[in-house]
Amino acid sequence: MDFLRPDTLAEALALKAQRPDAVPIAGGTDVMVELNFDHRRPAALLDLTRIAELRSWDSAGGNGDGGTVRIGSGVPYTRIIDELGDRLPGLAMASRTVGSPQIRNRGTVGGNLGAASPAGDTHPVLLAGDATVEAASTRGTRLIPATEFYLGVKRHALEPDELITAVHVPVTRAPQQFAKVGTRNAMVIAVCSFAVALHPARQRVGAAVGSAAPTPRRASAAEEFLSAELTSANQWESPKPLLDSVKRRFGELVAEAANPIDDVRGSAAYRKHALSVLARRTLDWAWRDYSEKVT
Amino acid sequence: MRVNVTVNGEPRQADDVWEGESLLFLLRERLGLPGSKNACEQGECGSCTVYLDDTPVCSCLVAAGQVQDREVRTVEGLADGDRLDPVQEAFVEAGAVQCGFCTPGLVVAAHDLLDRVPRPSDPEIREALAGNLCRCTGYEKILDAVRLAATRKADPEAASR
Repeated sequence: MDFLRPDTLAEALALKAQRPDAVPIAGGTDVMVELNFDHRRPAALLDLTRIAELRSWDSAGGNGDGGTVRIGSGVPYTRIIDELGDRLPGLAMASRTVGSPQIRNRGTVGGNLGAASPAGDTHPVLLAGDATVEAASTRGTRLIPATEFYLGVKRHALEPDELITAVHVPVTRAPQQFAKVGTRNAMVIAVCSFAVALHPARQRVGAAVGSAAPTPRRASAAEEFLSAELTSANQWESPKPLLDSVKRRFGELVAEAANPIDDVRGSAAYRKHALSVLARRTLDWAWRDYSEKVT
Repeated sequence: MRVNVTVNGEPRQADDVWEGESLLFLLRERLGLPGSKNACEQGECGSCTVYLDDTPVCSCLVAAGQVQDREVRTVEGLADGDRLDPVQEAFVEAGAVQCGFCTPGLVVAAHDLLDRVPRPSDPEIREALAGNLCRCTGYEKILDAVRLAATRKADPEAASR
């Protein structure tokens, strides 16, 4: 096995072009588990932790709605929570549920995307919040909408010579919520997870499920239903408490978007039921928060 | 490959390190520092917790090659000569040690917490130690130890009385 240690992004991209079989490693919280258990023996590891460009974030377009934060793929969860919680509430919320302090000190959103596990904690938030994945190679840089990034179980839209360099997340002051089901608060791989994001400027709602289908995915029918419901009742301008029937229907549509399996963590039926509960509950939290902000 | 790393303040060098090897293996098997414990090898138990450039991490999830030119501080590096760190003393006195296997990881995690938050609340202690499993104590004595260490660090006079 080779251990490749680039100091700059340009070097890393050149190495990845020469060695498309090299497995990128940053926080190591997924890759090292595979190595320790001999589940994977790559020809080379490509260490990204020496590359300063990947360990920073910057924002464009201001710190309010309309702005975007570009988070380098090597920024650990702890820093997202500490430094970006005010403007990326959903991503910070999901980051707080990742593993333990030790894992959050090392693990990165870039790694979550690279692993592309259906259970990855940040995926539903990235989908509901209209995030974009930045991928680079010696051929250039491109932006992939999160909705087009996940192709299958642990499969994603990167080409073999590409590296994930950043994720672009729209800034928002509007409520976002994330919830996940597991056996305890820490160290849990999601049985199922759900994210909701209110986009008042566009009169839209984003909703996405995790750990409940071969890929993380948006609950498009639920988004359409709720967005239409809120707009037709003029709820964005003068919010009123949501009807139970609306919340229930939203939950049902979220559950219908899922296509879960029975496995050691839970049954398919349980996952669907739990998702409908999470959807109702998180929508309720987000909507109360929105109503308080507007009135 | 060769790895150069500063461990507990001393420059160390290891040769013939396998490229897929963990920092934990490097510490225990090549550098003679068995304080960090090897249990789950997947970041679930926290027994291998060390500082990497002042940040607590699971050393089983750090590739040995990633610590080149960096600083590692293990549980062996917390005491000042024969004088235990207040966190270590508090663990002994509060009965927070039974079989002792999880202790090094918990001591490092608690040490980091008290550096960041000198007087942590109980929820803060629980959150900070959520990545460390103990199968003996039921955790209550560990919480006692962290509270005791916090009190003593805040008032070093009390510690010597």
